[in-house]
Amino acid sequence: MITIPYLTALTTYFSYGLLFAFGQLRDLFRRIIDRWNSSNLQGYAPICLGLEDFYIRRLYLRIQDCFGRPIASAPDAWFDVVERYSNDHNKTLKRTDKIRRCLNLGSYNYLGFAAADEYCTPRAIESLKKFSASTCSSRVDGGTTTLHAELDECVAKFVGKPAALVFGMGYVTNSAIIPVLIGKGGLILSDSLNHSSIVNGARGSGATIRVFQHNTPSHLEKVLREQIAEGQPRTHRPWKKIIVVVEGIYSMEGELCKLPEIVAVCKKYKAYVYLDEAHSIGAVGKTGRGVCELLGVDTADVDIMMGTFTKSFGSCGGYIAGSKQLIQYLKYTCPAHLYGTSISPPAAQQILSAIKVLLGEDGSSRGAQKLARIRENSNFFRSELQKMGFEVLGDNDSPVMPIMLYNPSKIPAFSRECLKQNVAVVVVGFPATPLLLSRARICISASHTREDLARALEVISQVGDLVGIKYFPAAPKKEHQEDKMVKLD
Amino acid sequence: MVALFLGSHALYNFDQRKRKPTPTHLAFVYSPLQNFQLELFLSPVFVIAYFSPVHRGLYNQRCYSSVTLFEDSVLHVNVEGADTEALYVCTPGKVPIMESVTDVLQAAIDWASLAFEAPFARADVFGVHIGGHLFVEGLLFVVIFYLLSQKSYKPPKRPLTDKEIDELCDEWTPEPLIPVLPEEMQCEPPQLESAAGPHTIISGKEVVNLASANYLGLLGHKKLLDSCTSSLEKYGVGSCGPRGFYGTIDVHLDCEARIAKFLGTPDSILYSYGLSTNFSAIPAFSKKGDIIVVDEGVHWGIQNGLHLSRSTIVYFKHNDMASLQRILEKITVEKKRAKEIRRYIVIEAVYQNSGQIAPLDEIIILKEKYRFRLLMDESNSFGVLGHSGRGLTEYYGVPIEKIDIVTAAMGHSLAAEGGFCTGSARVIDHQRLSSSGYVFSASLPPYLASAAISAIDVLEENPNLITKLKENVALLWAGLSGLHGLKIVSNPHSPIVFLKLKDSTGSLKSDLQLLEDIADQLLREHNVFVVVSKRSTLDKCPLPVGIRLFVSAGHSQADLEKVCESLNSVVPSVLNNRR
Repeated sequence: MITIPYLTALTTYFSYGLLFAFGQLRDLFRRIIDRWNSSNLQGYAPICLGLEDFYIRRLYLRIQDCFGRPIASAPDAWFDVVERYSNDHNKTLKRTDKIRRCLNLGSYNYLGFAAADEYCTPRAIESLKKFSASTCSSRVDGGTTTLHAELDECVAKFVGKPAALVFGMGYVTNSAIIPVLIGKGGLILSDSLNHSSIVNGARGSGATIRVFQHNTPSHLEKVLREQIAEGQPRTHRPWKKIIVVVEGIYSMEGELCKLPEIVAVCKKYKAYVYLDEAHSIGAVGKTGRGVCELLGVDTADVDIMMGTFTKSFGSCGGYIAGSKQLIQYLKYTCPAHLYGTSISPPAAQQILSAIKVLLGEDGSSRGAQKLARIRENSNFFRSELQKMGFEVLGDNDSPVMPIMLYNPSKIPAFSRECLKQNVAVVVVGFPATPLLLSRARICISASHTREDLARALEVISQVGDLVGIKYFPAAPKKEHQEDKMVKLD
Repeated sequence: MVALFLGSHALYNFDQRKRKPTPTHLAFVYSPLQNFQLELFLSPVFVIAYFSPVHRGLYNQRCYSSVTLFEDSVLHVNVEGADTEALYVCTPGKVPIMESVTDVLQAAIDWASLAFEAPFARADVFGVHIGGHLFVEGLLFVVIFYLLSQKSYKPPKRPLTDKEIDELCDEWTPEPLIPVLPEEMQCEPPQLESAAGPHTIISGKEVVNLASANYLGLLGHKKLLDSCTSSLEKYGVGSCGPRGFYGTIDVHLDCEARIAKFLGTPDSILYSYGLSTNFSAIPAFSKKGDIIVVDEGVHWGIQNGLHLSRSTIVYFKHNDMASLQRILEKITVEKKRAKEIRRYIVIEAVYQNSGQIAPLDEIIILKEKYRFRLLMDESNSFGVLGHSGRGLTEYYGVPIEKIDIVTAAMGHSLAAEGGFCTGSARVIDHQRLSSSGYVFSASLPPYLASAAISAIDVLEENPNLITKLKENVALLWAGLSGLHGLKIVSNPHSPIVFLKLKDSTGSLKSDLQLLEDIADQLLREHNVFVVVSKRSTLDKCPLPVGIRLFVSAGHSQADLEKVCESLNSVVPSVLNNRR
């Protein structure tokens, strides 16, 4: 849990209050002016209702330039950010031809496969020539090429499950599969910070949804016991089945899932485990096989393993891995498989090649080096940030590290100041995080060199001082204390 | 209290014929209390007495104008109309019938008066004389207060003990994650060994491919391949981030601008997957309480979007304008607040589930009459309908501004992947932060955006592709008009030629099996690759299944003749074998 300092909470609330008040004031004037001009709705209700886009109009648009910055190159360790300008106070942003070469601390390019790769790119282009860019058909119809079949098999082998199925988009994988697995009379126990695709999938399923405290196996157990004892609401019939949905690495927290404990709880209460490894597959574990490998969980204990290829593999799409029967069943029932265009062949080839590199099947040790590098880079960067006094969330080994900002004004300040010094960071505010807990998120890549990271740390430290987000005392004191304690011991 | 109760009882039994109070009745109105009016007012009995019909009747009949009770059981009743005021003096015990009752009453009164005469009952507190009745009333209030303060009765809660919960947890056996697979779920789709162009290779044999929605034959087009290749070299494969967080690559913006320019709309927005376009765009605009009127034949992507929006969904009969009008009329009349909620009509331009084309001109009239907004999915009409491929709006000559939200998948005629949504700037901008499939998903791989740009370029340069496609559709129609057992249900201009069984076997499953047999035999013996429209268990579309032929401009005349010939020979033989 994040404990926000009292004073910071107060100032954050005050800032939002101020923004809200001014927003309302401006809305008031707008309404008065609108009354002057005749309404052009002609009997339609407005397409965006008042408060529904208040946040966008009055808060988001002011700092729009910190989000959605276009880039003009591959999202590698360094990339070209296209500069934009605005003539109407950030309401619209126009692209310029000017480009700023920035250090990329924002993309999910964990293993550095995003840029052209000596092994993957030629093969992707080759498959493009052979299979073209699309199949124009769904997997069950004419969208299964030999490449797709090979990919399914390769992914199953890589994640350690008997069978797997690949889909064209990660988001759709979650939102189309959960409804197939569970329906009315079932219970989905979802971590409170699960990704929107899981939430959408769960909602689409018609099953009852209960939320347990983020990454808290004890609370999961409590909820499970309560729910099994109570049964379905109103009818009190026993649940048909219970699926517990967790993520491997929580993308906004950088935390690793407490998988061994959660799996133990689920086993005890006969609930099925659905593990979303969107950020963890490829990025953690000795051979890149995700949290199961990192935390020593037998993949046989995880009933449904889901993941995406957008992050570590530098491609697109998602997979689902499980028992042979499960996959066979999905092939006949899952709408994403039946109706969605199959994954683009070059993207499929990219995944295949990336997995081969990871496993060393390309005849080099690049994969192992990449995995070692990302681990080193992440742990180095995290410990350095912590030493500087930033409030950094997340666990060791996780390449995602959020730095807490809290105050809404610090969101654009941090982002713009970093960009001025050619470091591109991602800042996140409401609605992706709770209102009070705005943060900057650093994603470390294996393609970052030590010099890159040193430069990034220098810039972040400077900007951190400027913006005032070093909520903890800087580390030398701490180290000093520790030294003393060691001596005392 | 007892006295008053009895008193009211007596009044209740008042001789109605005489309509006058008699001493006999009033004799019961005995009270040691000093002020009858006050007591009446304060006691609940007054309520009973006052509201009891007879008593009220007395007032109404103006039998007496005032009832005053004096000390020592003297009741003063002022009867209007009588010559003089009657003064009734009565004492208990004089009524023979009620003698025993009054004895009890007397005992109670004695007890009560004993209580009043208790020393404290007549005390002065802060100069206020605490009379006996005040004491009783005080007591009464305490009792009432006590009763009110008590919670209403609830059975005592006995939560389950840990042991009991343990037992329940042990007892509970979940259903298996997936049901047992029936046998027909074991077969696999054929694997393509080359690109899914108009001709493809399956199990080493070249087959005519009617399974890919490659309407314009752009799959494998050199220009597309070149742009993809250079894009792959420059940007890599994936974008490694959602649009908000450095996943916006300049080609995405170029592609959005290109689509908007092609269609003549102010702006457009790219989605990374065709299927996610609808189920993200619909919930972004329609929330709980809003109304969506939708064709029952829409594909699953839209169905899912409708479900996720939690709006009120009303289905109209597939492509039936009379049904649509009825429903719009009904909603407008019934919903008094219809003006204040958002109302949408959702249609597909060319229905994937039937090949029908929506009558846009009529829909526009209805939409404007009833003031509904229109969301149209152009997945199968973009690049196909209209003389320059701008979709259904061009086909009907309707300006695109009339349609509020247009969505389309790019995995069909554009031979790329992903989807887009286009409309007014407000519609597009709103999606950029409110559409979950856009905000929370990695963006489209840049090479696919380049492919889409090139595809639109190619389309604009070669309008003859559309003419060729039209000719091919006509060719297939001509060749299949005499087909036994199957009926074309699609529109003659639709690039999807949809063949339905003339006589359904009665169940979806056996229909599917029959059609699968036809498709199998076509592929095995005639090298023609066609597909059956399959249904997910989640799909609620009520339309019949059938064989879906995706016609492409890349098919040659010989290809289509071969297809017709094969269908004409295979279908009757399979259907006959069946019988």
